[in-house]
Amino acid sequence: MTLASVAVANLHYSFDLEKPPALNNINAQIHPGRITGLVGPDGAGKTTLIRLMASLLVPSAGQITTCGYDTRTDPYSIRERIGYMPQRFGLYEDLSVIDNLRLYADLRAVFGQERDETFERLLGFTNLHGFTERLAGRLSGGMKQKLGLACTLIRKPQVLLLDEPSVGVDPVSRRELFRMVRELADEDMAVVWSTAYLDEASLCDDVILLNEGKLLFSGIPNDLTSRIEDRVVQVSDIPMETKRPTLVRILDHPDVMDGVVQGASLRLLLRKSQGDKLPELDLPDGANINRVAPNFEDAFMDILGGGPGGSSVLAEHHEVIAVDDKPVVVAQGLTKCFGDFTAVHDNSFSIRRGEIFGLLGPNGAGKSTTFKMMCGLLKPTRGLGNIAGIDFHHAASKARNRLGYMAQQFSLYSDLSVRENLRFFSGVYGVYGSKQRKAIKQMLDVFELKPYVKMNAGELPLGFKQRLSLACTLMHKPDVIFLDEPTSGVDPITRREFWNHINGLVQKGVSILVTTHFMDEAEYCDRIGLIYSGKKIAEGTPDDLKHLVKSDENPDPTLEDAFISLIQTHDANERDKII
Amino acid sequence: MNTSLIRIKSIAFKETRQMLRDPSSIIIAFVLPAILLVLYAYGVNLDAMNVPVGIAMESDDPAATRLVETFRANQFFSVDIARDRRELEDRVTSGDLRGLVIIPQDFAQRLGSRGKSPIMVITDGSETNTANFVRNYVYGVLGVWQSIESSERGIDVGAGISLEQRFWYNAELKSRNTLIPGSLAIIMAIVGTLLTSLVVAREWERGTMEALLSTPISPVEMLIGKVIPYLILSFCSLLGVVFLVVFVFGVPYRGGILALFLSGGAFLLSSLGQGFLISTITKNQFFASMVALLTALLPAFLLSGFVFEIASMPWIIRQITLIIPARYFVINLRTIFLVGDIWPLIIPNVLFLLVIASIFFGVTLRKFSSRLDEVGR
Amino acid sequence: MISRILSLIFKELLIALKDPKGRLILIFPPLIQIVIFSFAATLEVKNLSLAVNNLDHGKWGYELVQRLSASKTFTEVFVVESEEQITRALNEQLAIAVLSVPQDFSRQIERGKKGRVQLLLDGRKTNAAQIVAGYTAQIIGSLQEEINSKPLPGVTLIERNWFNPNLDYKWFTVPSLVVIISTLVALLVTSLSVAREREVGTFEQLLVSPLRPIEILVGKSAAAMFIAVFEATMILFVAIFVFQIPFQGSFLLLYGSLLIFLLSIVGVGLFISSLSMTQQQGILGAFTFMTLAIVLSGFATPIENMPEWLQTIALANPLRWFMVIVRGIFLKGMPANDVWANTWPMVIIALFTLSAATILFRKRME
Repeated sequence: MTLASVAVANLHYSFDLEKPPALNNINAQIHPGRITGLVGPDGAGKTTLIRLMASLLVPSAGQITTCGYDTRTDPYSIRERIGYMPQRFGLYEDLSVIDNLRLYADLRAVFGQERDETFERLLGFTNLHGFTERLAGRLSGGMKQKLGLACTLIRKPQVLLLDEPSVGVDPVSRRELFRMVRELADEDMAVVWSTAYLDEASLCDDVILLNEGKLLFSGIPNDLTSRIEDRVVQVSDIPMETKRPTLVRILDHPDVMDGVVQGASLRLLLRKSQGDKLPELDLPDGANINRVAPNFEDAFMDILGGGPGGSSVLAEHHEVIAVDDKPVVVAQGLTKCFGDFTAVHDNSFSIRRGEIFGLLGPNGAGKSTTFKMMCGLLKPTRGLGNIAGIDFHHAASKARNRLGYMAQQFSLYSDLSVRENLRFFSGVYGVYGSKQRKAIKQMLDVFELKPYVKMNAGELPLGFKQRLSLACTLMHKPDVIFLDEPTSGVDPITRREFWNHINGLVQKGVSILVTTHFMDEAEYCDRIGLIYSGKKIAEGTPDDLKHLVKSDENPDPTLEDAFISLIQTHDANERDKII
Repeated sequence: MNTSLIRIKSIAFKETRQMLRDPSSIIIAFVLPAILLVLYAYGVNLDAMNVPVGIAMESDDPAATRLVETFRANQFFSVDIARDRRELEDRVTSGDLRGLVIIPQDFAQRLGSRGKSPIMVITDGSETNTANFVRNYVYGVLGVWQSIESSERGIDVGAGISLEQRFWYNAELKSRNTLIPGSLAIIMAIVGTLLTSLVVAREWERGTMEALLSTPISPVEMLIGKVIPYLILSFCSLLGVVFLVVFVFGVPYRGGILALFLSGGAFLLSSLGQGFLISTITKNQFFASMVALLTALLPAFLLSGFVFEIASMPWIIRQITLIIPARYFVINLRTIFLVGDIWPLIIPNVLFLLVIASIFFGVTLRKFSSRLDEVGR
Repeated sequence: MISRILSLIFKELLIALKDPKGRLILIFPPLIQIVIFSFAATLEVKNLSLAVNNLDHGKWGYELVQRLSASKTFTEVFVVESEEQITRALNEQLAIAVLSVPQDFSRQIERGKKGRVQLLLDGRKTNAAQIVAGYTAQIIGSLQEEINSKPLPGVTLIERNWFNPNLDYKWFTVPSLVVIISTLVALLVTSLSVAREREVGTFEQLLVSPLRPIEILVGKSAAAMFIAVFEATMILFVAIFVFQIPFQGSFLLLYGSLLIFLLSIVGVGLFISSLSMTQQQGILGAFTFMTLAIVLSGFATPIENMPEWLQTIALANPLRWFMVIVRGIFLKGMPANDVWANTWPMVIIALFTLSAATILFRKRME
């Protein structure tokens, strides 16, 4: 094997000696000509490791050699030879595209004809030719990502470090970027691609899997998934109403290690291979069980020893809401214009009791605008939205009392303690006195927050932040819950726990609206509305959408395939209309 | 060209473009100073005129009338006359009157018999500075009255001392002429520190600092590249306010351009250095601007000698003022505006400013490592 | 509804006081200000240098110089001997003033004539120069009395400084700090609160809760006022017990007017807050308002000295009214009707700023 571009040996790193180390005894190698995925949930230590490779941090113990130089002693030699794209791409948003390129060309001493040629090549490579004078801040997420990449490629680096390049970027752009990076790797560059999305790992040549600062796996992705070759099955054709109770039941089965909802089916990871035989599970009538290819997340769950089970103590305490067929949440012809720009055009949907509805779409498609109109944060230009028959613009306060809202980022008061947050969020929903004390105690018990009760919310471990957010949303027992990308970047176990609670609540009759651009989250939905450039371009169950794009080349499309294909078809139709 | 110079140039160009595009730096550099200048020019004024004073004229002897006339003739006072002190006392309490002079009933009698009659002056001590002035001016008025009264009675004053007072540089003693040049130091302290305190912090917050650090640029190059455009901008801002001061507010300008350039340049360097240090340490725009205002505005206003005389402060605070850049700049500005190029005074002050500036930049460089984990520690 | 607002107020207080940085901002400036203002912000004049060019060898010249050196105004008296040295002493600020006594000074006086002296003062320091001039005149006046053989018609001036017998500058500045610091605190807490929530993303969370906009505003105002009243009390305490400044008036009147004053400031703060999208803008807004309001409050220099038009503008400044009230109640025991005369304008200002803030806040929710 060729000499490693980056060699990590017995690496330790800690920010604070009193806390557990951010990275603990990491050994790994990164080779030229290959894309190495640095994979792990938020807080696993990915960014720290990339910064250490870029010599921006100094190891607490152990050693990193990048391009043959020790990061401790020779940072400037390393920086001559690497390209590094930090999170959020490190662009000057108030400078134009060409100004950003010029700055990095100056800093890397690329001048004259070489410079013109480089710019020509990079602008062509990234398709940014038409946008050189545009401010970087005005670019779409995908274009920013490409510009960020171009800036790192000014002087062709030996090692390219990309920190979460796919955050905030829609799947179409993500695929495109990956293709570009592949080209670079083919020119013998070593590429490090860090990501919190486990599905991206399978695209990489090598994978370094991190969790809580520890190395779980380093090698070829197939080596990992082959370990669980025969252990992943899909249960399909379950009646719609029973899929969630079935999952809860199956997860208690001793042979089943882990399981998730995938559209109308369930995906299960078995504890051990049973050869050709399929396990005897107590399945509803008519259900089929098939073996499917394992993916990276299955493998990850295997390493971690399985999922959290399927029951939700929280949901057990929630009152049952009588299920009827009347829609609880209704949007009728919602339209929002900002000046000339129509952010949302004629969007209608409705959500029944006990249903999860997803608004899926790329960034900037109008998801959050729709969402804000539904919560009464924005006034629709036309159309109306109501919850349980209450119109937001007549009785906002009353309508909101029935609504639980969980924002995209962690948006609790990070300087307040767990108890103070709980007290505040129950208080503003009018829960007080003994009722409040009871509710707080219940949340502390259900989410196992007791040990952290005095800790500031901002210092909680990531998974507990997630729990606290949900707890704060549920204190007043809402019958409608709005979730904005609730589990993006969260580790698979926390994500399963979260959806267990949601599934439990749904069974009690709670209605859920989710906005997301993550396929994992979309798979949990009963129905999905696909939003693109302000319009709803498709609606149906996840399986319906997959069916729409089924073809001979792709007999078993993923939701992401469906997403990309539907968007491309829409674009093509629009173009035809104009012509 | 040397690659290091090119890197500096490219950072400087980048900063300039960002600056020109960001309205807030233009507002800080040009609009804010103009507003502050107008405010200080008109709002901060120590020249008391027409201070409302009551006279309780309990005697109507000609001598008393002459005394009242003398008070009336003085432009410092605006006089209100009553027969009885009780009519006026309440108005001192309510703040209508800043002082009260009582000419007692037996004024003429006692003046005739013993040559000395007691007069009482009551001041509103809650306005301490005005009270002081009232007191001083009453003495002055009495002096004038005394000579009028003497000649009226045909008495030769005889031997004595005549005092001739002259105020150099500012003959009419307009406090505006000294307050306005002084206020430039405060304004430029705010502008310089505020401009730069945000610069480095902003890069940390937006994540661009990481991208810069991963290139071969060194901290010194980065700092120089960032200082140059802001130095030029704040210098333009300084020239703008000086222009306003001279041509709009009519304050005399007696010094040369060189002295202004040297003092201004050295002072701005120290302010910019302070701003850079703040933003390097805090790495957070919110906190940086808070610290900038606290450490630049308050000391510049209170401890620079702008309004409050440094010599009159307690020893320990006098020592603190030695490290306040605005102190040196206030003296230089007043001298350049009102006196001229007094090099023996100006040069040492410029040197002090340069020393302070180099301390700020030195500490900034120490704190500004090219590694993320050493920054700010 | 009450319980909702109460939990909001409680949260706002926690937010403002729990974060160490926030606490630093709320506690540090008042502390620094009280120390620096009470010691440094003095218009008293002392510890100055005087240059003397005494060409007189007689008794009176010597006597005059002696008397001037004995005062605490001049701690340093030095001799200059030539025109150049005189110019240098003033130009280079070696002395605030130069006293020239001519050769024939004593001789003239002995002859029963006027002895002339000249005092040159540094006009760069107008205030100090003016006080020095007054002070020198006073000393010369008293010397004059002794010289005079014949009695002149004259008066003895009995000085009474009401409310502040020794004209102690601290009595003037420290009570004013109640105004300055409660403004600073109320403004900072309110002007940043909305922007901060916007930046960390909790604002939306607040908006989707059943809290009405007006309830949010009430909650935020109440918390700010609570902290401001607390700090004002702290300063009152320091003023009365540490600086021993006699408090003459009624606490009830003071606190009553303080609340109305704070309402008007909180209105301004919330207005700035709703206007600004980032904390940055919030700070700049608060800072601009603070500077304007303090200069136009009569804190540093009296409002009477300002031009007419600026005095008219100052009428809209709540600090201008409250400054009169605080000094009045503190030192003068201002009666209720005088307090009211300065309070009703603040009521109008408060109504205006609060309704402007509410309208803008509602508008900005979109």
